[in-house]
Amino acid sequence: MADTITLLVTRYRPDTEAEPTVAEYEVPLRKDWAVLDGLNHVKDQLDGTLSYRWSCRMGICGSCGMTVNGEPRLSCATFLTEFAPGPVRVEPLANFPIVRDLVVDIDDFLRKLPTVKPWIVRHVDWVEDGEYLQTPDEQSAYQQYSMCINCMLCYSACPVYGVDPDFLGPAAIALAQRYNLDSRDHGAADRLDVLVHPEGVWGCTFVGECTRACPKGVDPAGAIQRYKLTAAMRSVRALLLPWGAR
Amino acid sequence: MTATRARAYRQAVPRLWWLRRRSYLLFMLRELSCVFVAWAVLFLLLLLKAVGNGHVDYQRFLDWAAKPWVIAVNVLALAFLVFHSVTWFNLAPKAMVVRVPKQMLALAPKAIVRRLPEGRVPGWLIVAQNYVAWVFVAAIVAGLVMRSGS
Repeated sequence: MADTITLLVTRYRPDTEAEPTVAEYEVPLRKDWAVLDGLNHVKDQLDGTLSYRWSCRMGICGSCGMTVNGEPRLSCATFLTEFAPGPVRVEPLANFPIVRDLVVDIDDFLRKLPTVKPWIVRHVDWVEDGEYLQTPDEQSAYQQYSMCINCMLCYSACPVYGVDPDFLGPAAIALAQRYNLDSRDHGAADRLDVLVHPEGVWGCTFVGECTRACPKGVDPAGAIQRYKLTAAMRSVRALLLPWGAR
Repeated sequence: MTATRARAYRQAVPRLWWLRRRSYLLFMLRELSCVFVAWAVLFLLLLLKAVGNGHVDYQRFLDWAAKPWVIAVNVLALAFLVFHSVTWFNLAPKAMVVRVPKQMLALAPKAIVRRLPEGRVPGWLIVAQNYVAWVFVAAIVAGLVMRSGS
């Protein structure tokens, strides 16, 4: 095995450049080095001006999402040896505006996320009743969707979001389902309007790439299809039983 | 902050993005299959109209349907319809989470319960039910057609 590998890193310096360029860096190729370690080596030893986001280095914080050799990946969980002998292309996440180098602007997602009320909504709340108890079965109903770390890989993989940035998107819908399926939550009706909007679940054409890209096994595509069924059943019920309770 | 935001570089989506990945291409083909579904419906309606109009019209329809280009379109339509149906059936377990009731799980043999993760009916079984229903409906239709033909 060669002892170095070449990183082809996208650079974009908005104050001096009109569009992104590619810079080449030679970094040590070690068995235990992830792409992020390679970038940290560049920043520490070769070029301190390189900008990128990272924090935990263990697939929890969701900060270091990048496009590695064309695929949206967590750069802390993608090892350099996978691409030996190289080179490795490291680009910012697709479908987002580039702020600088590998840093993208995710404000669009941060604006959309609160619209699905991703928290436990209670209409009646009695503190003196104590904590809300939940059985393991009730917990397992939403557990998978609660693993989302907002890393944006699913948005980067989703061609619908690329073509139509108004689409609510995979993670926001999966997180809405995380609370809809929680036995302690009463907010499903509050989330309905945003989810059944044409830019909500019905914007999804089930390409399925979000689920393949997800590093935490959340399966956003599954969450969206499940909600489509829920919404459709609700419409049918409203049509057949117009006087029934909502 | 605002100045930086204004200079953020918008990454363009290439016009041929759907050729970049096998899954994107399959997705586009599935979207395209709706045209052939519409064609199949139209063909069936034309057939029914011809049958309703009597023998001469029906024979004219058969002659038209035997033209090489109509056969070619129908073969292509069949391929797309099969693709459409298979991908649709494969979607079913994504949209449905079927849980086996607790009381039934308690009664079922351990060997079966082990195969039901978290008491859920496995995806392949939901897909299989769709295929069984498909074969069943197809057999009924084939039975009706062949009986009326004899």
